[in-house]
Amino acid sequence: MGATVTTANNNEKTWGGGEDIQPLGASYGKMMMWFFIVSDALTFSGFLAAYGFSRFKFIETWPLADEVFTHFPFMHGVSAPMYYVALMTFILIFSSVTMVLAVDAGHQLKKTKVAIYMFLTIIGGFIFVGSQAWEWKNFIKGEYGAVETSGGSLLQFVDKDGKRVALADFAVKLPEQREALTRSHSAWFMEDAQSQPNYTVAEVQAGFKAHPELLIRTEQLTSKKKKTVLTREESESRLGTAKYVVEGANLTRNEYGSKLFADFFFFITGFHGFHVFSGVIINIIIFFNVLLGTYEKRRSYEMVEKVGLYWHFVDLVWVFVFTVFYLV
Amino acid sequence: MSHEHASNTKRIWLVFGYLSLITTVEVILGIIKPESLEFTHFIGLNLLNWIFYILTLVKAYYIVWAFMHMEGEKSSLRWSVVSSVIFLVLYLLFILLTEGHYIYGVFKDSTIKWNF
Repeated sequence: MGATVTTANNNEKTWGGGEDIQPLGASYGKMMMWFFIVSDALTFSGFLAAYGFSRFKFIETWPLADEVFTHFPFMHGVSAPMYYVALMTFILIFSSVTMVLAVDAGHQLKKTKVAIYMFLTIIGGFIFVGSQAWEWKNFIKGEYGAVETSGGSLLQFVDKDGKRVALADFAVKLPEQREALTRSHSAWFMEDAQSQPNYTVAEVQAGFKAHPELLIRTEQLTSKKKKTVLTREESESRLGTAKYVVEGANLTRNEYGSKLFADFFFFITGFHGFHVFSGVIINIIIFFNVLLGTYEKRRSYEMVEKVGLYWHFVDLVWVFVFTVFYLV
Repeated sequence: MSHEHASNTKRIWLVFGYLSLITTVEVILGIIKPESLEFTHFIGLNLLNWIFYILTLVKAYYIVWAFMHMEGEKSSLRWSVVSSVIFLVLYLLFILLTEGHYIYGVFKDSTIKWNF
């Protein structure tokens, strides 16, 4: 700051980041953390607004979150929408509470208390990142599978009662289908761009023909916010246009519906998870500084307060991601 | 920092209680999805989504004001952070959502089928 060109001798008006003058009543570090948070908040808003843009664009075909995020640990096959992500939200809010308790203890210069609360915050952060990894695993693996038509829309399979049916439950194994080309079977540069799905289109079509009770569900939402189920004749003709078998999710296509849905899911929750992870790393650094007594010597735990701001911001972003992705 | 150094633990736990309560209400509403709320529209949104957004903003208020200790900052800092974010986010949302809705209409009314 000393190199800043000033035309008059107004040194007492030029802020060098010192303690004597404090614009907005905040120290240099704290104010810069607020500046960073403002810019980062706008980055996340940009992502979420872009998500809203795409969702408005495909408002009649957007996947229903309740049908996508239905897993809960140790409850295999049970459809439990919302519960897992609610648990994740509580974990993050609780780690925010321990963080603010650490800041509070820092104000009273209680080193041990600060260390304990920082440690709990770090644990909470790790649990959250782990939960997100588990959520991603389920999302990528998928549950039922679907087919994509040559026109780019997605067809899912249901039984007479409208319950989803997995491809594995009806697709037949045809003998002549080709195996995926992998590096181990050829030269290192020769492999399929994406791993082959477990079934081919022909196998799904044959299986569908053999099971007359099956119907096809399109992406189109009805006025009751349910997916449209076609009649058996319509289903057969629609399945004739199938081009790909889609299992799980990747950045190109996903079995849940709109391609952009998975892209935004990966990008926004991934970017948020990256923030949580870097927050945990920063918390660990500050935790060790607390243990070493760095802030005790300074007689100020302001550093804990600054990482606290960042950590709460991560929680704040999650509150919005939670609403936009899972509730609305 | 420069403010009082008294302990605030009571308020922290109280705010934790509020946040948990709001989240619980959100989750319950998200699971039940009462039809009377979901299919009643009010200014472009259904009532259920209005409730979700308002509760989210209440949660955001508590996190920023109590946990990030915005209530203890000078009002100049408060305004420069909060007002700029709110203004820019509303602006961004207005532009992108209007445009998204317009493109939806273009696809819907066009003579070319693009996704079938």
